[in-house]
Amino acid sequence: MALVDRIGTSLERTPGGGIILTSVDALVDWSRGQSLWAMPMGTACCAMEFIAASFSKFDYDRLGTFPRPDPRHCDVMVLAGTITEKMKPAIQRLWDQMPEPKWAIAMGNCTVSGGIFYYDSYSVVRGADEFIPVDVYIAGCPPRPESLIDAVMQLRELVHEESIAPGKRRERNTKLPRSKAEANERMEAMRTPESDGPHAPAKVVNKEFPSDVIADEGGEV
Amino acid sequence: MSDHLEELRERISELDPTIYPLFSIEFGDAVIAVPLDDLLVTMHRLRELGFDRLGMVTAVDRPEFFVLVYRLHSRALSAGLFVKAKVHKEDPVAPSMFEVWPAADWQEREVFDLFGIDFEGHPDLKRIFLPDEFEGHPLRKDYDHPRVIRRPDYI
Repeated sequence: MALVDRIGTSLERTPGGGIILTSVDALVDWSRGQSLWAMPMGTACCAMEFIAASFSKFDYDRLGTFPRPDPRHCDVMVLAGTITEKMKPAIQRLWDQMPEPKWAIAMGNCTVSGGIFYYDSYSVVRGADEFIPVDVYIAGCPPRPESLIDAVMQLRELVHEESIAPGKRRERNTKLPRSKAEANERMEAMRTPESDGPHAPAKVVNKEFPSDVIADEGGEV
Repeated sequence: MSDHLEELRERISELDPTIYPLFSIEFGDAVIAVPLDDLLVTMHRLRELGFDRLGMVTAVDRPEFFVLVYRLHSRALSAGLFVKAKVHKEDPVAPSMFEVWPAADWQEREVFDLFGIDFEGHPDLKRIFLPDEFEGHPLRKDYDHPRVIRRPDYI
């Protein structure tokens, strides 16, 4: 890592080196983003969705992400499942064993905030970010495998912003929100009267039958 | 179902008349309620009668005392049985069943972990679910801990 650090710094100082730096960054980030090997930290039921995502139906091998049983092989830790106080030191240790650069995905409500164990629990850690720097959060109890694939795509956008020059981020036009406030703004913009509230009744759409036929149900059709 | 329990009652009265008076049927289950001092002797006797499997050990927190609950199974009698014993709250000590059924090892560690009942004669009595440095016994009704966030009342 030290050699790569020096190359980045010296390229930044050299006049005209910025062009080479951005090209090298593009190549390095592209190759890193294409093979984000995942450490499957499956501590509860979210691990089932993680397994489903990695097998043939969803098959996120095609994104270059597949589970490895050894933290020393991995780039991204997928925290799937409820984390208890007793499991916390083990996860911390596995995280420390992963080589830099490394990222973390918090999968499911339990690792985001404690989930349904937030209240009245004496043994559950309220969110993996209490002890691990999480990059991408996926909500859901459990999230669908598609969400996990989406998280990997979002993480790839993050990886593409890295630079080999220390302390530098690449300027890229990504769709990711830059802050919590921005994320909230987008949520508000997406909100419609129908989607107001989590328990709002779903709109029934029946494309096979015209609505007037359904209204006359029981009579002559 | 109740015929089966009556059969078990008769069978036990034939086999061991000292256990028979402790026998009762509660909510459709065969139950033996034993004083704590006689617990180990009774368990040895029940094992000799054919209850060769310890299915479960748990405890109940009552206002004045703890109740230790054991679930026994017998292949020979094809029957199940609950054994209950009261444990004092001030001095929660009970005899370990490890010498009768080795399966009691982890079960009793669980009861110790969550209820704080000490088992005398247990080979390795330490916490099983919670970290070793955890304070208190969370399934006790009077358990309170600063880490616990109580659910607010919405209604």
